[in-house]
Amino acid sequence: MSVLKVENLNAWFGDNHVVKNISLDYKANTISAIIGPSGCGKSTFVRCLNRIHEEVPSAKVSGAVYLQGKNIYGPGVDAVTIRKNIGMVFQKPTPFPAMSVLDNVLVGLRFQGMCKKTTLMEIAEACLKKAALWDEVKDKLNQPGTSLSGGQQQRLCIARTLAVNPPVLLMDEPTSALDPISTAKIEELMDNLKNEYTVIIVTHNMQQAARIADYTSFFILGDLIEHGPSSEIFTNPKNKKTEDYVTGRFG
Amino acid sequence: MIWRKTKNYFFITILTLSGIAVLIPLILIIIYVIKMGFSSLNWQFITHLPRPVGESGGGMAHAIVGTLFLVGLGGIFSIPLGIMLGTYLSEFKKDKMAKFLRHTIDLFSGIPSIVIGIFAYILVVIPFKHFSALSGGVALGIIILPIVTRTTEEILKLIPGTTREAGLALGLNRTKIIWHILIKGSRAGIFTGIILATSRAAGETAPLLFTAFGNSYFSFQLMQPMASLPAQIYTYAISPFADWQRQAWAGSFVLIIIVLGLNLSARFFMRQKS
Ligand SMILES: Nc1ncnc2c1ncn2[C@@H]1O[C@H](COP(=O)(O)OP(=O)(O)O)[C@@H](O)[C@H]1O
Ligand SMILES: [Mg+2]
Repeated sequence: MSVLKVENLNAWFGDNHVVKNISLDYKANTISAIIGPSGCGKSTFVRCLNRIHEEVPSAKVSGAVYLQGKNIYGPGVDAVTIRKNIGMVFQKPTPFPAMSVLDNVLVGLRFQGMCKKTTLMEIAEACLKKAALWDEVKDKLNQPGTSLSGGQQQRLCIARTLAVNPPVLLMDEPTSALDPISTAKIEELMDNLKNEYTVIIVTHNMQQAARIADYTSFFILGDLIEHGPSSEIFTNPKNKKTEDYVTGRFG
Repeated sequence: MIWRKTKNYFFITILTLSGIAVLIPLILIIIYVIKMGFSSLNWQFITHLPRPVGESGGGMAHAIVGTLFLVGLGGIFSIPLGIMLGTYLSEFKKDKMAKFLRHTIDLFSGIPSIVIGIFAYILVVIPFKHFSALSGGVALGIIILPIVTRTTEEILKLIPGTTREAGLALGLNRTKIIWHILIKGSRAGIFTGIILATSRAAGETAPLLFTAFGNSYFSFQLMQPMASLPAQIYTYAISPFADWQRQAWAGSFVLIIIVLGLNLSARFFMRQKS
């Protein structure tokens, strides 16, 4: 079943056309990777999927993105509401300043008006467990989120995103600022996330895409060159450019 | 090699000496104020009003209270306004209005404090036809405003842009992000700015001389003159009476304690933040 359907999506920064007429279909409970040389519009593409792109002053978008059948760019649709249903994790960890580990996880829910303490605690524990962080922070829930290590901070951000329970999770190079051990932990937890969420991950690391993604899309200069099951993209690509890129002859 | 070491040694010596040259007068002043002030300081000084000319004893209780009142009055409007302006300058920095405002605020922080006093005199004293606590509060407020504004702006700018985007991505609107994530997250730094600004205002004499002016009794009336420590010190220090001069030292000592105490607590909060 399709959870997120992208139709003829275009994005610009001023006159710079950086995402060109992309159509893609994301099935429920899958992990899809986006790979491609840097500057090819990967970040811009995923930022169109949760309507963050339009926050940049010169930004423009056209096309449609259907989240569970509803166009998020449809008339009268509120960007803020959409973003509650599509979580995003950024390249650098973004714990909120001077906010405890626990408050970081619960901030989204609190703003949605949920304040029953026992429920909040249960959700926080569940999300920290899903983010594979609970054991490391269960004794320091009241310490500032910024006091954790970089890898822990990134998992905290994952937990924070899971807490509002969005069906779709976008990750823009979530491990590129992390050490190999932290990276391995995040790859591991992503495999479990698949059971409940649909994940779209941008990565510059092709091994990572091959390891964790069911589907992979390859972008060059804003064009979608090829999309398919990761096994095919990496072992038997149909397009010559994809083959050159995945074999390291271009990039 | 030896030449490099000599050069190195030479510069370190010069730097150390210039550091000492700056510190020595400062330390001398503080030691002198403590020496003169502490011996004149007593319980009566802190708790009593001035005695009539010629009688010895009495104190500056009204001026201590007056200083706190005037600084509070100046801060009550200019601290929230400064936080709002600083936030505006940091979060909407590309607006034309923000650029204009930033220049205006910079201009304000460069105006000599006596001119700010004249400004408050024209603005408040002349229309109401007499010196008043309100005019003193306005003058101190104008001193506090640019400091709070600029520290708030600088502190908020330290937060990376992705933190704001992370807030958006969680489905928070801009107001919530600014208020609950940025400002609350920077509260230690903003508070430090407030303390620095108020401690600067507490020590100002010039803007109070022809605004709040001074008196010799407790007063909490906005439209009446009000005493302040700096103005009281000034009056007593230039008086011919030995007892008043003695009290001026005690007043300076109390003022230094207040200002130094505020600065130290600012440092303490700054450290807590990092
Ligand atoms: N905030 C921005 N303003 C203007 N141009 C931008 C901005 N962000 C990215 N771009 C441009 O858009 C293009 C795509 O960038 P991006 O989506 O970040 O690529 P990727 O994530 O694949 O490295 C690049 O040419 C980049 O210069
Ligand atoms: Mg990118």
